[in-house]
Amino acid sequence: MSVEPSLNRAPITERFGGAIEDLGTAHGIDAFAVPPEKIVEFCRFLKEDPALKFNFLSDICGVDHYPETPRYEAVYHLYSLPNKWRIRIKCRLGDPPEVPSVTGVWRTANWHEREAWDMYGIRFTGHPDLRRIYMWEGFEGFPQRKDFPLRGYKDELNPFGAEGPPPTQPDLATREIP
Amino acid sequence: MTEVTELTRPQGEALDTKEVLLNLGPQHPSTHGVLRLVLELDGEYVERVDPHIGYLHRGTEKLAESFTYTQIFPLTDRLDYLCPPSNNLAFALAVEKLLGIEAPIRAQYIRVLMAELARISGHLLITGALPMDLGAMTALLYVMREREMIMDLLEMITGARMHTSFCRVGGVREDLPDGFLPKIREFCDIFPSRIRDYERLLEDNRVFLNRTEGIGVISAEDAIDLGLSGPNLRASGVDWDIRRDEPYEIYDRLDFNVITRDEGDCYARWRCRVDEMRESIRIIEQCIAQMPEGPFQIDMPTIAFPVDKERVHCSMEALIQHFDLSAYGFNVPAGEVYSAIEAPKGELGFYIISDGSPKPFRMKVRAPSFVNLQALFGVTNARYLADMIAVLGSLDPVMAEVDK
Repeated sequence: MSVEPSLNRAPITERFGGAIEDLGTAHGIDAFAVPPEKIVEFCRFLKEDPALKFNFLSDICGVDHYPETPRYEAVYHLYSLPNKWRIRIKCRLGDPPEVPSVTGVWRTANWHEREAWDMYGIRFTGHPDLRRIYMWEGFEGFPQRKDFPLRGYKDELNPFGAEGPPPTQPDLATREIP
Repeated sequence: MTEVTELTRPQGEALDTKEVLLNLGPQHPSTHGVLRLVLELDGEYVERVDPHIGYLHRGTEKLAESFTYTQIFPLTDRLDYLCPPSNNLAFALAVEKLLGIEAPIRAQYIRVLMAELARISGHLLITGALPMDLGAMTALLYVMREREMIMDLLEMITGARMHTSFCRVGGVREDLPDGFLPKIREFCDIFPSRIRDYERLLEDNRVFLNRTEGIGVISAEDAIDLGLSGPNLRASGVDWDIRRDEPYEIYDRLDFNVITRDEGDCYARWRCRVDEMRESIRIIEQCIAQMPEGPFQIDMPTIAFPVDKERVHCSMEALIQHFDLSAYGFNVPAGEVYSAIEAPKGELGFYIISDGSPKPFRMKVRAPSFVNLQALFGVTNARYLADMIAVLGSLDPVMAEVDK
């Protein structure tokens, strides 16, 4: 295996200082923890800084750390095409989870964010079209949350589902598009 | 006798027009599966396209959280079902990174060989399916003949034609069978001339060229912004191939070219794939030539089944290990990993968070088709409806991977 090219962290930590936390390197990828209010600024900086040029957004992923608090997390994986570096940005979110959208920085974030909203109920503020993507309109609940049963809830279409009604959660207004 | 009303046209003013909402799919041959497109049409022009996906959503990621790592391999088969060996490889690499192990060299060669066979199989289908979407049936029938040869080769190795599930954490399931190498050499000898046949069918075909050249152009900036990867990105002139730029397995020992095109249109995307098949054949030939003898699986009783199956029958400890491994799986150290490979469709990444148990806490699949399909927004505005079929075909999404 070849040696992974290492990322120059100095410009990042210099620019943001105490606002972000350096999580070190794990399995070849540098990780930073960023508070939700800084995420757009941080992403834009990584993308536009001439020394870094993280111009490719690989993935946005929701995580449910139930029963820990803060419970949710949005994880961003970026890639720098010129430098061949990867970076991971982790953003812990409370309940209900809310984080500014990065669709203004990369258009590809659109569907990734819709997926995280659909599966985890993470609300991306400023997203142009935050609808469910896999589940149908009118579906209640967020299926990949840890407290959502694997087989869903029992109803007339799903006789093998778990007993009990879906838990009522304040952020369940699925049809209302912010 | 009924009265015939004469239709009158309004004189001196424009005809009353309105936009039409057209539902394409989910059951339509050109949507390559179950994709539904809601199209706003202005005459023949597509004003807006709204893809509705999720008809094939099986909850792979949620299911994976209740499966052991070995049980997840069959789930990954069903992502991009045209090329399961690549998906298996991507997942195995991610888990191996977490465990801090590497498969033996022979296993790595077998995996790469199978991944390249899978790449040819995936590219073959699009080589024939794109012309078919545009009305030229012939090519599809020919590519199916060659796909059959690949299916036979895969069946020879794994016993299965489609869902191979051949990778294991720390190696592959079995060694290559006797008589396999002559068969694959025969394939490598025949196949380049068959690629030439497809080219002769299509590259001078005026109808095919008119329908694809200059259609659905995506610039390099747009392609990066839209997150395209794989041949779709390289057809826009971005020179990025994970096999070369972040070499995994034994790709750094192999000599191959990364195919790029500058045009960024449907034809370039098709052309890129045809040329990549040639490179894949070169890789397979090198794999056969370089493949060393040796074990096909790592010798770690806590992770892999014993290579010598006789031990299970003779030794109590080996039997217990075997049972334990089959019934409960193995623990993977806590941590998180993102590992990406160059799958036939693009960057296929697995992000796994482990909490130290035999089942992943969270597994996220970065599915290339999911991202590639999104590029429909970027290219189809104010284009003919018929062009959109070409664009969709050339982006080559596999709906099973889009919907996960």
